[in-house]
Order: sequence, then C-alpha cells, then structure tokens
Amino acid sequence: MDHTEELIAEISRKFLSRIRSKESVYSVDASGLPYRELNTLLKALGNNGAKKIEVHGVYGQRYIGTGIDKKIVIELFGTPGNDLGAFMSGPRIVVHGNAQDCCGNTMDEGLIVVHGHVGDIAGYSMRGGKLFIRDDVGYRVGIHMKEYRDKRPVLVVGGAPGDFLGEYMAGGVILVLGLNSENKEFRARYVGTGMHGGVIFVRGEMNNLVSGVEALEANEEDMKIVDGLVREFCFYFGFDVDDVLDGKFTKITPINKRPYGNLYAY
Amino acid sequence: MDGITKLNCRYGDDKDFAGCSIFGMMNLQGKCFSSEDPVKAISNMHERGNGLGGGFAVYGLYPEHIDDYAFHIMYLSREAKKKTDKLLNESFEVLEDEELPTKEANVLDPPKVWRYFVQPNIRKLKNKSADDYVLEKVMRINTETGKAFVFSSGKNMGVFKGVGFPEDIAEFFCLDEYKGYIWVCHGRFPTNTPGWWGGAHPFNILDWTVVHNGELSSYGINRRYLEMYGYKCTMQTDTEVLAYAFDLLMRRQKLPINIVSKVLAPPLWEEIANIESEQARILRTLRQTYGSLLMNGPFSVVVAHHGEMIGLTDRLKLRPLSAGTRGDYLYLSSEESAIRLVSPILDKSWNPRGGEPVVGRLKTSKVVEVPAK
Repeated sequence: MDHTEELIAEISRKFLSRIRSKESVYSVDASGLPYRELNTLLKALGNNGAKKIEVHGVYGQRYIGTGIDKKIVIELFGTPGNDLGAFMSGPRIVVHGNAQDCCGNTMDEGLIVVHGHVGDIAGYSMRGGKLFIRDDVGYRVGIHMKEYRDKRPVLVVGGAPGDFLGEYMAGGVILVLGLNSENKEFRARYVGTGMHGGVIFVRGEMNNLVSGVEALEANEEDMKIVDGLVREFCFYFGFDVDDVLDGKFTKITPINKRPYGNLYAY
Repeated sequence: MDGITKLNCRYGDDKDFAGCSIFGMMNLQGKCFSSEDPVKAISNMHERGNGLGGGFAVYGLYPEHIDDYAFHIMYLSREAKKKTDKLLNESFEVLEDEELPTKEANVLDPPKVWRYFVQPNIRKLKNKSADDYVLEKVMRINTETGKAFVFSSGKNMGVFKGVGFPEDIAEFFCLDEYKGYIWVCHGRFPTNTPGWWGGAHPFNILDWTVVHNGELSSYGINRRYLEMYGYKCTMQTDTEVLAYAFDLLMRRQKLPINIVSKVLAPPLWEEIANIESEQARILRTLRQTYGSLLMNGPFSVVVAHHGEMIGLTDRLKLRPLSAGTRGDYLYLSSEESAIRLVSPILDKSWNPRGGEPVVGRLKTSKVVEVPAK
C-alpha cells in the first residue's frame, strides 16, 4: 500500500487532487503550478520513497530536479523551464518534448535525456552526470565543463550545436552527432574557444577551428569512448548503432592545458 | 532604482535572477484574434519580470478608423494635457478623443491616458509626407512639456503599457475587449533605467513597435545618430532607439529586413574577411555607413509593423528567442513553454541563430529565415 495521503498532508492538502499513485510510481498534474510548489512536491515525493514520478502539463516550471539527492526517475511531459536539473545530484530525468535554456546547469550526478531540442547553455559548468539530447542544442553548450577524479561529465548532442560549444571547457566529454538536425550543416563558430581540458568528438569533419585547439581523427582508444556513448544514445532514442558509427569521427582537444599561463605571469 | 529593491529583492541577497520576457503572435492571413492567448503566454513568463513594466502592441485594432492616426498619450499633469490639446488642434484635425477605458488593476500610479484619432492638417503638410509630419509632431509633444508622451502613433494599431506585470496591464487597459492579427507582448525587468510608465515596452513610432530583452550598451551613440534624423529620445530607456532605427531604415530609407539585420547585428569583421569579395564589400559598406546604428550588447527583440512581425537576436545570441509555427500562426517567444501553452502542437519549433531574423509576412504562409551569409 502506498502512503500518498499522509505524505501529502505533510506537504499541503492542496496538492491532493493533482496526484495519482500506484505502488511507488506517482503521476503529478503540474499544469498552472508555480515552480516552487512543484519542486517542493517532487522533493517530498522523492524523500518519501517514490521510485518514479511522471509529471504532466509541464509548461516552463524552472529548476525541476534540483535539490533531490535520490536516484529516482522523473518523466516530464510538456516543456520544462530554464535550469532543468540545475545542481542536480542523483535523479534520472526524461523529457518527452523540448527543454529550454540552462538545462543541466552545474549538474553533479544523474542523467537527463531530452527527446527533442534544448536551448542555450545546456550543460553549463557540468561537473558530473550525463546529458543526452536527441536534436539540436543552442549556443554556449557545455561551456566550462570540468572533471575531477571519478567525476567526468558527458554531454551527447544528436543534432547540431550553436556557436561557442565547449567554450572554456576544462574537463569531461562532448559528442556531437549531427543527425536529423534543423541545421543541416555544422555551422557552429568558435568551438572550444579557451578550452584547456576535456575532449569534444564530432561525427564528420571539423573545419574553421579556433586557435588553441587541434583536431585529429579519433584513434582506437577514442573510438571506445565514442562507441559506448553512441550505443547509449541509440538505446534512448532508437537510432541504428551501425548507421551512427558509420563514418569518420574527429577529436578536438586543447593544445595547451594552461593557455593563459603566460598572460598574467610576471 | 529604489523601487526595484523594494519590490523584487525578497531574499536580501542583492542579486536578481531574471530577464525580460518577449512574446509575439501573428496570424499570417490577417485574421484578428482576442487577447486571450497572448496574455496567457506572456504571463506564463511571470518570473522573468519584476512588475516594473508590462505592455502590448495590437495590430488591426481600430478597423473603424483604418486611415486615421491613433495617438495614445500619457499625461503626468493637467497642464501638460492642456498644452498638448492645443498643439494637437493646431496641427491636426482631431476626429475623436476620449480617455482610454481602464479598470481597477494591480498597477502602480497610473497616469491619465488619452486616445485621439487624428488626420494631419493638410495646409500645414507642405512637402512633407503625412508620416514624417506625424513623426515631427510626436517628437515635439514628447519634448515640449516633459509631462506628456505619445507612446502610440500608428494607424489601425495601438500600444498599451505601464508599470505592473503584463497580466495586470492587460486587465487595466481592458484588453479582453480588443482584437488584432498581431499581438506583441512584454514583461519587464528594468536593469539600468527607471521602471516608469513611459519606459515600459513596446516602444513605438508610427506603426513600428519593438519589445526587447537585453541591454543596448550602444544607446548613447545610436541616440546621437538618430537625433540627426529628427528622432528625440525621451523615454529614458535604451530600447527606444531600436523603434526609431527601424522607422528610419525600413520606412524612410526603404531597406529590406535582410539588409537591416546586417546593420543592427552585423557579422564580425573577422567573418567578413572570410566571405567572398562582392558580399564582403556590401557588408563592409553597411558597417561603414551605419556604424552608429550597430546595436551593441545583448538583445532579443520582436519588431512589428503592419503586415510583418520579425524576431531577431544579437549576433552572439546573448538573449533567448524561440520560434514556432502552427497553421497560419507564427509565434516568437523568450521561452518555448509560453508558445506550447497556447499551442501545444506545433508544425515547426526551433531556436533561431544569432543575428538571423525570422520574418512572418501577411498573406504568405511561409515564414522567412534569413541566413547570415
């Protein structure tokens, strides 16, 4: 038996009509609910044994997934607002639709899978966890990603990126596949500007490089990483692994780990 | 700026997480629709603003006065109204004037707002076009008393704006009683300029309106350049220059939007260097000729005039813009969720690239996207 009623009494009676539950799977109607209330509700459900929460009628509520440290699954139907999964540490979020700006901002652990496109600055300052986006992403995606010991953030883009992909990147892995994209060609400018750590893989060739990074064909070691990520991508979105892996992959890395080391030196 | 702290900074941490919200909705066949969807969409982005400005521009608003200029004027004093009425009666044939219908709403210190339908006094036109004559008179009213401001001066369209959240402004001006085929909406979060009634968006001159999210750090130089052409900035807000720039470039100088977007958000010099010679020569010429109209700083805007609604961001895309189409409707918005709320299913949904305008034109169902090169 579930204990929805006691739980809701704890939070607030007014949520009662919005929640359905079956065992530890909850369904929440979020339509018209302000983001603070929705997030309070999700957090309370997560802290009280929910394994999976389906949220319907999501229209722009911000910070979904923030502040929940349980490994629960949150499925979103609609268009979640900015800062989806910001500072998130644990949950797995699946978006059946598109996400907006700042998705996965400074994410620490967990997974976000978006069955659509996302806006600007996805994966900004990410320090762990995984972000899989089926279609295009906006500008400044993966900027300032970083890694430390076992924490190595991963960002996979099925479509095409906007400008400044991986700007100031300090760690982690970005993979761009360029499939079913609105922008047919790879038009992103300033990829990896100021990059001093981590790696960006691009399916196909990479022209117009900025200074400070180099592009090489991915080697056998690299392809092990790419292979694993492509398989995971295809598992979430139903693409054919062989089709996606077919063709050349380019690896973009910084030439210097401290590109500005001399700039401020005496 | 005191008001901002009092109203918004509940957390006492001196940092506000917000940005303006912009929303535009157009029926490409010119069919008029009510305020319901636009108001619902803009108020869904409530968190982006802070209640210090909200506004709407509506096209197709006054079909019974299709050929008359409709002035919406805000008066901060009785004296200013007296003076302005005199000027209006000298310069125009005033066909109708009335106080704009309003009702009780959660807005801050509303001024008196009047609506006039006018025709230019033909004997005084001389060699000027009617539009240029109206422009001159609007500038004169706005600078003469410092307490009277024409914030809407087009035909068959109107701007409604003030200090409050957009949904409160909509209620205050009874917008549920109006219909239009383009609605352009704004929720404001003032950054460097005061949150007063004249400073709310949209900014308008003749039938051009602009709503803006961002900050034009080039305001000073833009303003000085526009003064040479008779535009006087009186609204204490950067966005005002954009409205005048569009009027100058598109109405008076008859430049098409693909050229205008290169003036306001030109490709960087290093990009021009990589473009083939003839195209590069045009881009160089535009940068040299219109250097003072370059809009520097982050912006996303929705610009409208009769027959056209345009979305544009700065070339580095430092502010968000989302676009969507469904049937005969074009939507432009700071956030996609606002579009989805009023049209859950879209034929196409995308985030336009920086500096590349999205254009909806009347009687053409195809939305134009202008590539950078």
